Amino acid sequence: MKYSYFPGCGMEATGIEYAKSLAFVNRAIGVEFIEIDDWNCCGATAGHSTSHELGMALPARNLALSEQQRPGMPIVVPCASCYSRMKYALQAAQGSENEKLSRLIGMPVSGAAEIVSIMEAYSDPVAAEAIKAAIKKPLDGLKVACYYGCLYTRPPKVTGMENCEDPQAMDELVRLTGAACVDWAFKTECCGAGHHVDLPAESKPLLYKIYKNARANGAQAIITACPMCMMNLDMRQGAVNMAYGEDFDLPVYFLTELLAVAMGAGFGECGVATHFHPAKKLLQNLINNKEVV
Amino acid sequence: MARTGVIICHCGSNIASVVDVERVALAAGQMPGVTYAATNKYTCSISGQDMIKQAIAEHELDRLVIASCTPRMHETTFRKMLTKTSINPYMLEIANIREQCSWVHTDKEKATEKAIDLVHMAVAKVLKDQPLFTSSIPVHKKCLVVGGGIAGIQAALDVAEAGYEVTLVEREPSIGGKMVMLDKTFPTLDCSACISTPKMAEAGAHPNIRLMTSCEISAVTGYIGNFQVTIRQKPRYVNHDTCTGCGLCEEKCPTKVTNLFDQSLSKRKAIYKLFPQAVPAKPVIDSEHCTMLKSGKCGLCSKLCPLGCINFEDQEDFITETFGAIVLATGYDLIDWAKAYPEYGGGKYANVISGLQFERLVNASGPTEGHIQRPGDGAEPKTVVIVKCVGSRDPAKAKAYCSRACCMYAAKHAHQILEKIEGSKVYVFYIDVRTPGKGYEEFYDKTRADGAVYIRGRVSKIYEEGGKLICKGEDTLIGKQVAVEADMVVLETAMEPAHGSTETAATAGVSADKDGWLTEAHPKLRPVETQTAGVYLCGTAQGPKDIPDTVAQASAAAAKVLGLLAKDELETSPMISVVDAPKCSGCGFCEQVCPVKAISMVDVPSMYNGKRVTRTVAQVNSGLCSGCGACSAACRTGCIDLLGFTNKQILEEVDALWQE
Repeated sequence: MKYSYFPGCGMEATGIEYAKSLAFVNRAIGVEFIEIDDWNCCGATAGHSTSHELGMALPARNLALSEQQRPGMPIVVPCASCYSRMKYALQAAQGSENEKLSRLIGMPVSGAAEIVSIMEAYSDPVAAEAIKAAIKKPLDGLKVACYYGCLYTRPPKVTGMENCEDPQAMDELVRLTGAACVDWAFKTECCGAGHHVDLPAESKPLLYKIYKNARANGAQAIITACPMCMMNLDMRQGAVNMAYGEDFDLPVYFLTELLAVAMGAGFGECGVATHFHPAKKLLQNLINNKEVV
Repeated sequence: MARTGVIICHCGSNIASVVDVERVALAAGQMPGVTYAATNKYTCSISGQDMIKQAIAEHELDRLVIASCTPRMHETTFRKMLTKTSINPYMLEIANIREQCSWVHTDKEKATEKAIDLVHMAVAKVLKDQPLFTSSIPVHKKCLVVGGGIAGIQAALDVAEAGYEVTLVEREPSIGGKMVMLDKTFPTLDCSACISTPKMAEAGAHPNIRLMTSCEISAVTGYIGNFQVTIRQKPRYVNHDTCTGCGLCEEKCPTKVTNLFDQSLSKRKAIYKLFPQAVPAKPVIDSEHCTMLKSGKCGLCSKLCPLGCINFEDQEDFITETFGAIVLATGYDLIDWAKAYPEYGGGKYANVISGLQFERLVNASGPTEGHIQRPGDGAEPKTVVIVKCVGSRDPAKAKAYCSRACCMYAAKHAHQILEKIEGSKVYVFYIDVRTPGKGYEEFYDKTRADGAVYIRGRVSKIYEEGGKLICKGEDTLIGKQVAVEADMVVLETAMEPAHGSTETAATAGVSADKDGWLTEAHPKLRPVETQTAGVYLCGTAQGPKDIPDTVAQASAAAAKVLGLLAKDELETSPMISVVDAPKCSGCGFCEQVCPVKAISMVDVPSMYNGKRVTRTVAQVNSGLCSGCGACSAACRTGCIDLLGFTNKQILEEVDALWQE
């Protein structure tokens, strides 16, 4: 299975663990992501809050490049913010804004290619079957909360997501590793990543509520597929603990990290070793205990 | 030579402020065949009509054009007036210079020109008018009421009391509808069962009412005064002629089934009465769950019944009867909120319940005998959140409309919780509070005085944490997010048309709007009639409403039925289709397009090249034909004409438009 790949800026910086683990999983299951040549920023937040045209033209250019380079090939977008912007641009390109977009970016764009997230790419029956087959160190005994974030499912008229308040795609993939997913209420709440720098007082309670509900429902860890959410949930857990006098201990993993570990990846190899909130111990203990038994 | 009179109406200033009516009258006076042309300030008034009558006599007019409002408004008025004159009522044409001219234009010059054109067309058409004569059809003095909720019961009782026979059809095993499920009714707090069960009993015992429960209408043919209705009697598996309703079968039946009457809050048996006060007070067997009917094992009820009333071989039955009038009172259901609102838990939290579930909880004859207990664990909730407009006024999620009754029953629920649970707290999330009704605002005020906290805003999310239901929302009056920790949440959900009601209505030739509510003939002036003559509607079938409005509308529908049944014969419109049989090729296209099935193909003897042959031609049933004209437009040989709108008349109008 081949996908045209839009990595987005996060994959080379704060989300480097995402990129590493993703590459590992892809090798293990025989999926190929081919990076779009000369891609540019998706324009998330800064672009579309500056001007509608800029916010649409930036992702539309990526769509157009992919269409040129690999016509008809679905485009995989791992970051939830990029995914959302690309979906908006796709819808605009398919509709009445097509002509305007083509003019703005100076090349034709048809909006014919499908935009998929990592969850959608891996939920493909062939890929899911390959994942199942590649699991070497099942993670049964682990209870996690799958956190989709606010942009992956919403707004449904752009994402086309059917059950946008209670999505299941990540849960199903996580279950392939043997881990259990808790039923919790904050799957699609905003974590405040976009505003943690300018409005920390508003954003901290959002994180606090997510941790609180995950823990209340028995989760040992949080799983995400968004580099922004990862940065926020992982890096700021200590600050939230300090602010609220709490002792949350919820390692945060990329979906691909969890898959990679279950497929036998080393913690350094897939990124788990370099989190802010220690993430190695939980999985290591789980695997070691099993090996002892 | 024709002697046409033309009257141009000012309609106060409705027409005259835009159209120069005097100029139109002057122009009309010059048109061919016009003997008399004048204006009138209010033509439809008594004095206006008198002026026309005088002109007819004075100028010996033989046909008339009135340029005024739409013919839907006053054509009947003027036809009636003409019956008192020498002119046949069908020698009249209306030129609509109000809705189609003065109301939609601002350029006076052009509007006047257009009015002249419209009058010119009407004058051309009236020259080809022929006198038409009405005929009459007998009225079958019997009424069918579909739906046995409070609307249907009230309509049936009113018609029966006036001395006419009524058949009341209900698909459930008992009449009563939604009202008998309710506990108390706002704003007077009288017990819903106490005021509705006597009416049910009265309907059940009335000599003029035939109850047909577990029945649905499956086909309707015929027309006003003479509807042939086929009613499907679903198998009940209990002989209601011999059953005394002793209840032994129900007591001993070993199969327990979710009780939908209690909104899934309790269990009932597979042989059951819908509720204790059911009318008829006799059980039926639920074929979906009875183990005997499913697998041939058990039959306990049959062994126990002292009168041998159980019949596992019972089959559905079809009964066809003739009725003069039909009342549709098919009612409402509540939306499936769990599907529309996954953010409220989508049904996974036992203590997030619907308003109707709350009614059963607080009802003395309900599953908890009136004690407000959480379905999840039976505990008494101390803090309750009530969410209004769940599915109403929310086009993105469910319905755009307001369900009208929820503001009041939400206030009633708040009042009941505060009254029954000492020290309880109630928070009501609302968009607006709408209390237009007698004593309604006062009731709402009292509920707030009782201690109900009203928060203006929608609830964005409900989730469970630490044994509490957290209701997140915005208080839009202070512009802040709020979260209430509740023990139980009551969702006041939107009404929607009862499942299957649009199909039932379609069977009777009645259409529904985009939301499925049945369409009345006119929203203001003909609220209980439908576009199908002889079919009436009432209650929530027509749109969301509360009990007082439902009952008022039911009595209104009954009054309309009585007006019809009081007549021995009905005048029929002569403006129907006629077939010029020698020209008809028998293609049958008209039969396909006729919406009321008034056209059939018949074989008639004919001569062809001196030989006797049989030809197939179209024939119109004058009793059924509604005069829509679809056949005439569809006819490829032009052999079907609609009287009053013949092809010739229409072409004369078109010609007139292009003549100077």
